[in-house]
Amino acid sequence: MFGLCVACVALAVVPLASILVEVVLNGAPALSPEFLTSGPGVIGEAGGGIGNAIQGTLILMGLSSLIGIPTGVMAGIYLAEFGDVVFVGHSFLTHVNSFLSSSLRFLNNVLTQFPSIVVGILAYTTIVVALGSFSTIAGAIALSIIMLPIVTRTAEESIKLVPGSIRDAAAALGIRKWRATLSVVLSTSRSGVVTGVLLAMARITGETAPLILTVLGSSVFFQCDSLSSCTYSLGHPVDALPLRIWRLALLPYDYARQQGWGAALVLIIIVLTLNITVRLATRGKFGMMRSRT
Amino acid sequence: MQSLQAKEQQVRQGSNSLLDSLGGFLDAAFQVLSTYFATIVAGVLVLMTVVLVAGSSPVFRRFGFIGFITGVNWNPVIGKEAFGALPYILGTLVTSAIAITIGVPISLGIAIFLSEMSPWAVRGPVSQLIELLAAVPSVIYGLWGLFVFRFWVRDWIETPLSTYVGSLPVFSGSPFGLDVLTAGLILAIMIIPTVSSVSREVMLAVPNSQREAAYSLGATRWEAVRIGVLNYSRSGIFGATILGLGRAVGETMAVTMVIGNAIGPAAIPTSLLKASQTLASLIANEFNEADPTSLHPAALIGLGLILFIFALLINVLAQLLVWKVLKVKRGSVE
Repeated sequence: MFGLCVACVALAVVPLASILVEVVLNGAPALSPEFLTSGPGVIGEAGGGIGNAIQGTLILMGLSSLIGIPTGVMAGIYLAEFGDVVFVGHSFLTHVNSFLSSSLRFLNNVLTQFPSIVVGILAYTTIVVALGSFSTIAGAIALSIIMLPIVTRTAEESIKLVPGSIRDAAAALGIRKWRATLSVVLSTSRSGVVTGVLLAMARITGETAPLILTVLGSSVFFQCDSLSSCTYSLGHPVDALPLRIWRLALLPYDYARQQGWGAALVLIIIVLTLNITVRLATRGKFGMMRSRT
Repeated sequence: MQSLQAKEQQVRQGSNSLLDSLGGFLDAAFQVLSTYFATIVAGVLVLMTVVLVAGSSPVFRRFGFIGFITGVNWNPVIGKEAFGALPYILGTLVTSAIAITIGVPISLGIAIFLSEMSPWAVRGPVSQLIELLAAVPSVIYGLWGLFVFRFWVRDWIETPLSTYVGSLPVFSGSPFGLDVLTAGLILAIMIIPTVSSVSREVMLAVPNSQREAAYSLGATRWEAVRIGVLNYSRSGIFGATILGLGRAVGETMAVTMVIGNAIGPAAIPTSLLKASQTLASLIANEFNEADPTSLHPAALIGLGLILFIFALLINVLAQLLVWKVLKVKRGSVE
């Protein structure tokens, strides 16, 4: 029986090892400074690189974090601070609040592992069609929708871990609830919230499906000649690493395959660095939280 | 003995009432603001429903809901349109079924190993390793599947299957590597971290008295696990399975790259070794090239609606099951 369980573990570890080995072995030869900084070359000929894809991924990560993190943290604060209210008076509002918070927590959990392509369809029909073109901002909003439930849940769980004595101490000093939550409770639960944020960012870096429908991918760099004239700005298509990997993998040329592996190596370095750093830094703590992301 | 309200009144009159009321207003404003941010999640789900229904209504008006779901043909050419979702629904169901059949037992083995059987020192590293499986982006699973895994499956699984039991209709067809079997196996690998971590949590929530009772009846190690733990956590494990099913149904990129991308009646998965298509993979493949003036985008959004309904039902069911079990742990039974 023990042997069977060990065999199961081996069956899970072997693909992981194979993926890492293959990505490193096949992708390392493709890496070069030119590959990492230049835009794609002509289709069918070798040359060119994934520079604009890396830039696009970083821009999308930044933009969606800007939208998703404050929203998620505030939602987590609501669920943790105002959610499980042990009320003394049974007023109508407290009942409504309690029902609202438990149903929002439920919906949040439902949305966590939702098919990302459906989120992409949502972003397409609302933003791409409204703005008239595939754009960075549509991709950023789609990614922030994917990011939101993860950040909310981890923020809620880490704020709940803050002992009540700290809140009581803040109240004893005469600090208002809003101020106490933002300054005292949030900074106490800082490491847990940051964990959740980093894990969510690692997750959205690898998301492709919503990007197919929202940013389309492009072969030019995102650039601003001056502050007022941005060619290929937020309202235009942008490229992203996972998107580029997908398109390269489907091209029938050898050089494209090479570049695909190289891009995969860069992507997996980014994602695994984020993940391993987080997991090493919070070894042992937040076990339940991490495993359900 | 003054009441609480009277004391509060006294304190309030003694302090700066303007600052106090400002603070009180900010308190209320903060609560309202955070409530608003929290309801965005609900708003997103509502918006999703509205957008999917509105976007797909042209194709439902043309073919009818039942007609769309049971149709088999797929022809986006204007003038000869035919849109039917049945092959892709079947493709989704078959790949998910393979993923669950293979992935869940392996995940249970891992969960049992990590919660019951392994030495303490090994638990941390092994569980980190399993969680790392979840960190790999799905497009890299697809890349690996397309260039490495499919050859493993083709050489070690499909060719023997085809030679020895190829006469059975479920194994008919030539072993090419890009088919539902490969897609199902990759999905199985992808759901292992989810199912095993939730199962492990559920197993850890089983009170020790159950295990002790089994041992006191003379059970062996495995029997204690089976009787004491697995029996008790049945509904939680079922919930974990449903969670894994939800993940498998919604997975797009890895499936797109290894499933062979067939269209129309050829996509009906009559055999494990046949190329097919899932709801998500067809949307990903065709959305960018769909002519906005035709019914094609609406048909793809219709597929998205079906996928949305599947995912919603599955995820809600999973949450209800897992929630119920883990709630028992927090308000401990003993």
